[in-house]
Amino acid sequence: MAKILMIHPDKCTGCRNCELACSFVKHGDFQPVVSRVHAYVWEREGISVPMMCQQCDDAPCVTVCPTGAMHRSTEMTNLVDWDERLCIRCKMCTMACPFGNARYDAASAMILKCDTCQGEPECVAFCPSGALEFVDDTEHVRARKKAYAAKLKDAFQEVS
Amino acid sequence: MFGWTGTILRVDLTTGKVTREATDPKVARDYLGARGLGGYIVRSEVDPKTDPLAPENKLVFATGPLTGTFAPSAGRFDVVTKGALNDTLAASNSGGAFGPELKFAGYDALVVEGRADKPVYLWIKDDAVEIRDAGAVWGKDTADTTDLVRAETDEDAKVACIGPAGERLAPLANVMNEMHRAAGRTGVGAVMGAKNLKAVAVVGSGAVQVADPAGFKAAVLKARGMIQAHPVGGAGLKAYGTDVLVNILNQLGALPTRNWQDGYFPTADKIGGESLAAHQLVRPKGCFSCIISCGRVTKVDDPAYKGFGEGPEYETAWAFGADCGVDDLDAVTKANYLCNEYGLDTISTGSTIACAMELFERGVITAKDTDGVQLTFGNAAAMVEMTRKAGEGEGFGAKIAQGSYRLAESYGHPELSMTCKKQEMPAYDPRGIQGIGLNYATSNRGGCHVRGYTIAVEVLANGAEMDPRVTEGKPSLDITFQDLTAALDSAGACLFSTFGISGVELAEMLSAATGVAYSLDDFMKVGARIWNQERLWNLDVGFTSADDTLPARLFEEPIKTGPSKGLVSHVGDMLPEYYGLRGWDENGVPTKAKLKELGLERRAGRARTAPREAAAA
Repeated sequence: MAKILMIHPDKCTGCRNCELACSFVKHGDFQPVVSRVHAYVWEREGISVPMMCQQCDDAPCVTVCPTGAMHRSTEMTNLVDWDERLCIRCKMCTMACPFGNARYDAASAMILKCDTCQGEPECVAFCPSGALEFVDDTEHVRARKKAYAAKLKDAFQEVS
Repeated sequence: MFGWTGTILRVDLTTGKVTREATDPKVARDYLGARGLGGYIVRSEVDPKTDPLAPENKLVFATGPLTGTFAPSAGRFDVVTKGALNDTLAASNSGGAFGPELKFAGYDALVVEGRADKPVYLWIKDDAVEIRDAGAVWGKDTADTTDLVRAETDEDAKVACIGPAGERLAPLANVMNEMHRAAGRTGVGAVMGAKNLKAVAVVGSGAVQVADPAGFKAAVLKARGMIQAHPVGGAGLKAYGTDVLVNILNQLGALPTRNWQDGYFPTADKIGGESLAAHQLVRPKGCFSCIISCGRVTKVDDPAYKGFGEGPEYETAWAFGADCGVDDLDAVTKANYLCNEYGLDTISTGSTIACAMELFERGVITAKDTDGVQLTFGNAAAMVEMTRKAGEGEGFGAKIAQGSYRLAESYGHPELSMTCKKQEMPAYDPRGIQGIGLNYATSNRGGCHVRGYTIAVEVLANGAEMDPRVTEGKPSLDITFQDLTAALDSAGACLFSTFGISGVELAEMLSAATGVAYSLDDFMKVGARIWNQERLWNLDVGFTSADDTLPARLFEEPIKTGPSKGLVSHVGDMLPEYYGLRGWDENGVPTKAKLKELGLERRAGRARTAPREAAAA
C-alpha cells in the first residue's frame, strides 16, 4: 500500500517545527534554508501553508533529468528519488518543478528535495497540529472529504 | 560554540559603524542569552543614571542558546535596554520568528548604540548589514512598516519595528515583530524611537548547531511529550488561549475590576477565552518551534469594531475589559488591534485608560480634559476611542501614552495609578492572591506577572498547590519562580512550556544543546544571578526597598464584592523573609556573600570584549 504526504493548511499553526525536524534529520543541525519542507506564513491573513515535494506520478523533474538521477524509486512506488552519483548538477529539475519543491544548494552541491525520509517522514513526527500527515493513498482525502460532507449534512439538516 | 552562534553584532547609529565580536563563553555560560546576556551587556556598558532616551542608552536584541532549535516553544528573544517607562533594566520578551532568524543570520545578539541623525532601519542578511533610510516608513503603523520594509529588502524578512507611538517616544511604546508579536513592556519602543530606529529586518541562511545531537533530540522528545500530555500546555491553551483565565480568576474573585476598585466582574464571561473561541477565533497560531499554539488569529465582524489580527491575550482582555468595566469583547479586541498597529503595550494602555476613567468619575478630570470623550467605566466606545487617541498621540491620548503614573500624578492623584515602580500591574489581584503581590512588589521591571508567575501554584495547581490567601511559604515560592523564569527567559524558552516541563527538562535540553553541563541547581543559580544583576541595576538607578511595594489601595481598600470580598494584600509581612531568603540585607541590598556566591560585582563596569572584526557600514 502506498503512503502519501498530505498537507492540511487549515491545521498549520506556522510554527515551522517541520523545517527544524527536516534540517536536523538531514544535516544534524537547525538550518531552515536547507529544509526540504517550508511553511510559509502570511501574517496579515493569519494563514500558513507547508510546501514540500508531492512525489508526482508524472514528475516534471524526472522528465527533464538528462541522466536519470531524478527517478521514480523502484523500492517505493510513491517516491521520486534523487541519485547523488548520477546527478550532473544541471539544476533542470529545480526549473521544471512547478511548485519550487526541488532546490539546489550550492554550499553542499546537493539537490534538496523531500524523500519522505524513505517512508518515515520526520516532519510529520514533529508537526504538533496534524497539518502534515503520512497516510495510505486509500485514506488520504477521507478526512477532508468527510469534513466537507459533514458541512453538507448540517446544511441539509437545517433545511429538512 | 554550540547553542550559541558565538557572534554579537554591534551597530553604532551615530557613526554608522558596524562591528562583530565574539560572544564571551564565560558570560554565555553564566547568563545564557536573551534577558540575561542582554542585561549583562546593558549593565556593563550603560551608566544606570543615563537618560533612557539619550544616545548613550543601548538597545539589545538578544536570543537564547535554545532559540532556533526545535526545543519546544523555545524560539524567543528579549529586547533589553534601560526602559523608558520606569528606568529599570527592561527586558521585554517576544516570540514569533524574529529571534530565530537573527540566529540563523549568525548572531546571538544585536547591540544598537547611539542615535541616527534621521530615521533609519537596519537590514541584516547574514554577514551583510546595512543602515538604510526609513523616511518612507516613518509614521506608518507596524503592519504597513513590515510590508514596506519587506518590499525593500526580502519578502520573507523577519521584521521587528516600532509604530507611531515609539516614534513619538511614548513611554508605553513597544516593539512589534511579525506584525502581531510584542516585546510589550517597560517602554522599549520609546528607546528604539529615540535612536531614530524604525525597524530591524533580518534574513539568515546559517545553522544553529547543538553539542550532542542525539542527546538533544532525546531531551526535546521527552519535553514535548510532557507538554503535550499536560491539560493546559497540551490542550487548554490551544483551545482557548490565555484568555481562558478570565473566568478562572473571576471565580476566585481576583480579577481586578474598574481600576482595581473591586476584584470581581459579574459579566466577565463575555470577555473570556470561551467567548473568544465561540465568536472571534479563526485559528490558533504558534510562534517559531511552538507546540502549544496559544496565539489567537481573530476577526471582529461588528461594524463598529471591525478588524482582523491576533489577540487578545488574557492580560489584554482584562486591561481593556474588566479593568475598564467593559464586557464587550469586540471592543476589547479592537483596542488590542489598535495597540498592535500603533505599537503600544496593551496592559499598560488599558490600565492607564482605567485610571483615567476613575479620575473622570471622581470629577478630577472632565470631558474638557478628555477632548469631549465621556470616559466612564463600561463605556466601550470611549475606551476604544481613547486607545486610538493614545496611538495617535492626539489630545488627551498623548497623556494616556505616558502611562498611568505620569497621568495620575499630573492631576495630583498618583495613588490612583495602579503601578509598581511606575509600571502597570497585570490581571491578578494581590488582595486575593498573596504570592503574586510579593512578586509585583519585588519584580525588577515593576508590575509584571511574568517575572514570577506564582499563579501557576496559587491558582492553577500546576506541579504543586498552595492556598492563594495565605502568606506562609510565599517568599520562597516567589524566589523559585523568579529565578526559574529568569533562567528560562534567558535560555530562549517560553514561560508556557512550564505547563508540562520544569527546570529539570530545561536544564537537560540546555546541556545537550550547549555542551555545558547544567544541573537543576546550576540552572536555578543562573536565574538567581540574573535576578540579582537586575536588582543591582535598579539600586544603582536609585530604587530602594521603599519601592518594593504595591499601590496603597491594595492594603487599604478591601475587595468589595465576590468570593474575595474583604481581603487585602499583606506584602509587608512577606518582604523581610523574602529579603532574607534572597541573601539581601534589611534594605534589600544583596550581601557581599551573596554576590560572591553568584560571581557578581557590586558596581558594574565596562566589560565588553574587543571587536573581532570591523567593517564600515
